[in-house]
Amino acid sequence: MSTRRSPMAEPTTATVTFREAIRQAMSEEMERDDRVFLMGEEVGQYQGAYKVSEGMLERFGERRVVDTPIAEGGFAGLCLGAAMVGLRPICEFMTWNFSLVAFDTLINNAAKLRYMSGGQFTLPVVFRGPGGAAHMLGAQHSHALDGVYAHFPGLLVVVPSTPRDAKGLLKTAIRDDNPVVFIESEMMYGAKGDVPQSGELIPLGVADIKRPGTDCTIVAWGRMVGISLEAARTLEGEGISIEIVDPRTLRPFDAEAVLASVRKTNRCVVVHEGWDVASFGAWVADLVHREAFDYIDAPVERVCNADVPMPYAANLEKAAQPDAERVVAAVKRVCYK
Amino acid sequence: MSGTTIDGTQRDLLLRLYRQLYQIRRFEEASAKAYTQGKIGGFLHLGIGQEAVAVGAIAALRDEDWIVATYREHAHCIARGTPLGEVMAELFGKVTGCARGRGGSMHLFDAKRNFLGGHAIVGGHIPLAVGCAFAARYRGEDRVSMCFFGDGSASQGAFHEGLSLAALWKLPVVFICENNLYAMGTALYRSLSVEDVTAKALAYGIERDRFDGVDVLEIHDRVKVAVDRARAGEGPTLIEIRTYRFRGHSMADPAKYRTKDEVELWKKRDALPAARRQIVEWGVTEDEMIALEAACETEVGESVRFAERSPEPALEELFDHVYA
Repeated sequence: MSTRRSPMAEPTTATVTFREAIRQAMSEEMERDDRVFLMGEEVGQYQGAYKVSEGMLERFGERRVVDTPIAEGGFAGLCLGAAMVGLRPICEFMTWNFSLVAFDTLINNAAKLRYMSGGQFTLPVVFRGPGGAAHMLGAQHSHALDGVYAHFPGLLVVVPSTPRDAKGLLKTAIRDDNPVVFIESEMMYGAKGDVPQSGELIPLGVADIKRPGTDCTIVAWGRMVGISLEAARTLEGEGISIEIVDPRTLRPFDAEAVLASVRKTNRCVVVHEGWDVASFGAWVADLVHREAFDYIDAPVERVCNADVPMPYAANLEKAAQPDAERVVAAVKRVCYK
Repeated sequence: MSGTTIDGTQRDLLLRLYRQLYQIRRFEEASAKAYTQGKIGGFLHLGIGQEAVAVGAIAALRDEDWIVATYREHAHCIARGTPLGEVMAELFGKVTGCARGRGGSMHLFDAKRNFLGGHAIVGGHIPLAVGCAFAARYRGEDRVSMCFFGDGSASQGAFHEGLSLAALWKLPVVFICENNLYAMGTALYRSLSVEDVTAKALAYGIERDRFDGVDVLEIHDRVKVAVDRARAGEGPTLIEIRTYRFRGHSMADPAKYRTKDEVELWKKRDALPAARRQIVEWGVTEDEMIALEAACETEVGESVRFAERSPEPALEELFDHVYA
């Protein structure tokens, strides 16, 4: 017997899309644990509204890939109840906009039942689906709710920015004993990236430096990481070196990674979807102001959505969201350039 | 109950149920007293007058079955077997309470007895009960989930979504509407276009039953039919049991929206003395009854003393139990 790896062995890394990465995570966890099942609208026969669960019904059968009526409050609550008594559901919201119909069960039940029962119940359930704006979907289909859900103790909030993170974080989320809000992006489902095929688990609460740099820290998560990378490339041409810190999870939040970066760069811009008022970005900016006050050379800037419901018209929609240009401008302001 | 053949088993069952009814009634009165003394805070929703629904229905379950209830759930928790002291201590906000002082009157929990709360958003708990039933089906267990709610819930979306899913997948749930004729202070006729709550069952194509909850044995027997049906894989049942709370919605409510005549009428239909009369008729002596009742009173008194003597949760525990 040889311990040497065959040169013909499967590659340990594959280039896969974001949606495939999520499918791999769900499928691998369902293979290893019969308690895990997928439930949601169109996840089975339709193969997923965004084809994330394509092929899973065929692979796992109707017992474990469960199509539901359009009743988010009902099936989200059902998943939570099943979690209370020992199953590990993955509850898919076709989009996070529809989670607002299930807001009561997410906030009053998922975030509270462990605490209110004095720790008697564990709630191992993942609520997942795409969030944020996509393309011309109008105001009711464009909500970024990451900051809203991050407000509530009792929930964990994960917002991956790459296929690798999506897979590794989702696998961890499914194994976690707490309710997890896992927000993907429709705009990123087709994005490709290298993903280890080794069953990598990425811990929740550990930020990732998506780009090292020296002059200014950008804190960004989810789809905003790509926009920030684009801005960083522009700024590099102008002699400004950007460090991008991707917290990957808003709860738990890796404050130390953000602060360590800011102590080095002395400047900080937070880029996020959603509105400015009472936002998660406001909390990050406050954290930096309080904990790294002596290190910063400029007030923290925030780039986020314009304070309007998302418009439909392409030009207005673009104007209402963060883009690389606005990130560049914000960085220049904190660098006084 | 007249005309029923009396055998020892039935008499023993009624005696057991009466003991619970009596104990719960005295417990509720003791908690009301403690509330007026400032020993219990927040909201206190007493179920005096409604106890027979919880007692009769829960007696139809096995230990491994699940119960999900509302914020008016002292009776349900006690009927499930949670020690009185743990329930009273929870009302007092003590660490020895059945939710370690994190829940209070509206959020009693007892995981080891499959008592899943204690929920204070009207109707919001109904899908949770459906989830338990889903888990039973998923694992191939013959366990049943029992969900209690009030008539107010019948107007909530979660009620309809829960029923819809349970019906669609024929899940083993017994839905019990404790119809006390008032959604807080709003009379039934002012809150439901069709006062027969079980009419909703027709729309979902599930079994239904509807009766006045004045006889604890009848409640047990009729609920048992639904429990057996669920356990046999024949799907959920919606049961409406008409009942009445003798007090207001909560301790803060003098219940001025009800007439004195109406309250008196329902007090005459109180299931507690009715059960007592029946037991005595069936041959249990007055002395035996007095001894049983005295024992209950002692237990309730002990629960209050236990709650009073128990410590509050330590401040260092503030952040415990947020996450697993």
